[in-house]
Amino acid sequence: MTPRSSDRPFLSLTAIGKSFGGVRALDDVSLDVSAGEIHCLAGENGSGKSTLIKVIAGVHRPDRGSIAIAGQPVASLTPISAVRQGVQVIYQDLSLFPNLTVAENLAINSLVEHRRTLVRWRDVRRTAEHALERLRVSIDLDRLVGDLPIAEKQLVAIARALLQDARLIVLDEPTTALTGVEVDALFALVRDLQQRGVAILFVTHKMREMLQAADRFTVLRNGRVVESGPAAEFDEARLTHAMTGRAIGETRFDGRVDASAPPRLRIRDLTGPILRGVTFDVRPGEIVGLTGLLGAGQGELAARVAGLETSGTGEIAVDGAPLPACTVRAAARAGIGYVPEDRLREGLFLDRSIADNANASSLRALTTGLRLLSTRRMRSQADRWIHDLGVKAPSIDAPVRQLSGGNQQRVVLARVLATRPKVLVLNGPTVGVDVGAKEEIHATIRQLAAGGLAVLIVSDDLPELVQSCSRVLVFRHGRVTAELGAAALTGDALQEQLSAAH
Amino acid sequence: MTGSRLPVGAALVNRVLGGGILGRTPFARLVVFTVAVFVSMTLLVGSDRFLTTANFQSIAFQLPELALLSFAMMLSMLTGGIDLSVVSVANLSSIVAAMTMVHVLRGPAGAGGDAIAIAAGVGAGVCTGLACGLVNGCAVAFVRVPSILVTLGTLQLFTGLALVLTGGQAIIGLPDSFQWLGNGTLLAVPVPLWLCAAGAAVMAVVINRTAFGVEARLVGTNPIAAWFAALPVRSVLVRTYVTTALVSSVTGLLMVSRANSAKADYGSSYLLQSILVVVLAGVDPAGGSARVAGVGLAVFALELLSSGFGMMRLTSFATELAWGAFLLLVMVINSVLERRGK
Repeated sequence: MTPRSSDRPFLSLTAIGKSFGGVRALDDVSLDVSAGEIHCLAGENGSGKSTLIKVIAGVHRPDRGSIAIAGQPVASLTPISAVRQGVQVIYQDLSLFPNLTVAENLAINSLVEHRRTLVRWRDVRRTAEHALERLRVSIDLDRLVGDLPIAEKQLVAIARALLQDARLIVLDEPTTALTGVEVDALFALVRDLQQRGVAILFVTHKMREMLQAADRFTVLRNGRVVESGPAAEFDEARLTHAMTGRAIGETRFDGRVDASAPPRLRIRDLTGPILRGVTFDVRPGEIVGLTGLLGAGQGELAARVAGLETSGTGEIAVDGAPLPACTVRAAARAGIGYVPEDRLREGLFLDRSIADNANASSLRALTTGLRLLSTRRMRSQADRWIHDLGVKAPSIDAPVRQLSGGNQQRVVLARVLATRPKVLVLNGPTVGVDVGAKEEIHATIRQLAAGGLAVLIVSDDLPELVQSCSRVLVFRHGRVTAELGAAALTGDALQEQLSAAH
Repeated sequence: MTGSRLPVGAALVNRVLGGGILGRTPFARLVVFTVAVFVSMTLLVGSDRFLTTANFQSIAFQLPELALLSFAMMLSMLTGGIDLSVVSVANLSSIVAAMTMVHVLRGPAGAGGDAIAIAAGVGAGVCTGLACGLVNGCAVAFVRVPSILVTLGTLQLFTGLALVLTGGQAIIGLPDSFQWLGNGTLLAVPVPLWLCAAGAAVMAVVINRTAFGVEARLVGTNPIAAWFAALPVRSVLVRTYVTTALVSSVTGLLMVSRANSAKADYGSSYLLQSILVVVLAGVDPAGGSARVAGVGLAVFALELLSSGFGMMRLTSFATELAWGAFLLLVMVINSVLERRGK
């Protein structure tokens, strides 16, 4: 019996909507997963995949829309009721107990379920053996899960899911830490499960795997379903376009940079925990992109320039004057403005007003005689930046928490620009920002550069780098291994450099 | 919508209550609670005894010490910390001040040197507060020990110091004219109340109208973002604890003057009460909020309770019980309403 896909979907999501604060994470998302189907949910980081998984798992309760499991409408899904109805989510961290053995990990749910006071170890072993047999794999039952290689941990997690009568298994980025051979083994296993009528929802942003494994695709972008259909209709180009919303390299930054001008920012021989002797200049009007694999040094470089990372040697100079100390305040005084990566945690005072946020870094300049703050000047400064950057908000007194991601990012930018920086360092400037706002923020950055600012953008968003930067430095193991500028700066070239950096 | 048709008084009540019977903001609710306490005490005690000048005079003498210490506590909570050493700083300052006064009086200046003795004593007391504040502030800002641990430690340290200095005895023999600070009146209003009002005004200006105040609020809202935004986080923290200690030492002087003596363990019950007041005022102990008017109102409500209970010839234990019950009631109502609001 091979129920490839039945008529009625096992899981059916209809017009799901979910917002956090003012940010719309999911908007009108519909998704059907049938028994015996391998369904691939694709999307870039921040597209809403994780939120959707958590809705399926019963962790997040959607604001709008309905969920049906096995044809039955579900009024409110909780993590426990989701599991009872056969929905198993295997997160990236696998949620296993590293300090317990394989057998214990596999049996723990049934132990808890039956509310036994005493553990019968014979039952534990039998349950575990049975579970692994079903997957046709053999793993030593007495080993600690913490000692297993990641691929075997994953098998334990899948076996545990099946033990709980999983009818839908959601795999969140399952191949991130796997080697090529292990990925193939995982796919074989997944197809085997498919033959047995288990529905699989495969969540990933890796294109090649998706095309290899999936029966159907649903592509999310900015919290909306942009494409959905059988795998046969998709190829790499169409998926890329669906995920990013455009072909790479549509528009280009064409700002003129005066090559004879003295550099605004001079970096000489920066060495630190990751960095190995990085040297480069940024001239006024130039936008330099920094990219590389995670932890290749581009993030540390930004942190050094901003004064956040204090260990290491080398020189950073603004307009020829070396930074006197390696602190955030010294960098700020020297004219370096930093827009942090984690907007909510590092960039904003969420419960304070837009005005307070915009003025936070330049309060000392807004005092009058007697060192009292001028309410009028505070309001006019905030008003001006909010207007210039196009923040959409009911009033400058509204708490920043209520704004959308793009508007929140503009408020951070307003705060930094109010200090009149000479160098602007942007770390992931458009992460979690929707497409329209993304374009506007890019336009703002280009405008600022045209005004004589030296700009550094740390990003792994290739289209962003290609469109906005005068040149891009690719990092690998703490060194700059490639520099792409002008005509050489294309999405393909960048992709190639990044793959070479593996 | 219909607000314009309401009479002015009703519109005002409606605004304060925000439409609901218990109000929408913690402050509006506090107003309601205070009025409720006022009315019930008047009814229980009898208006002929409760609504007298003497009663309110006595409240006006009682209230400032707790109010000032609560302002200090509020400022520390504004930055997301807490200053548990407020009372011990007050006592240490008052002992140093009293010892200085007694010493000067016995010295060559003699009995005619009241003014010199008082000036020297006040100066020494305030300097002691400054020093205590620097210890707290530097430990929190530079050593980065959580403020609750730092000030728990300095609470012991300062109290211990005060005990060692005095051997546990009260210091007496202060200049007579110094009693004016705690017991005198100016324009028919008790001097401590003037002092308290001045403290409230200064606190309100500092918190709302100075760069330091706004930065303290931002640090309390999100210390990580404050660091990323290049705010002077350390200097803000040091100044916060110095200010709380200065306010505490002034309160200490007030306490010495009222009691006409100084002792290491005066007013130790004020510590928990000041935390109670600040929470009652709707200040979030997690940081980022401050309400000067709320603190004033909360202290007033508690003093109304305690004077009413006193008049009903109930023991001070009953007052403690009533304060605790009042706090719990307000917190329960606040959290219920806030949850419903979400």
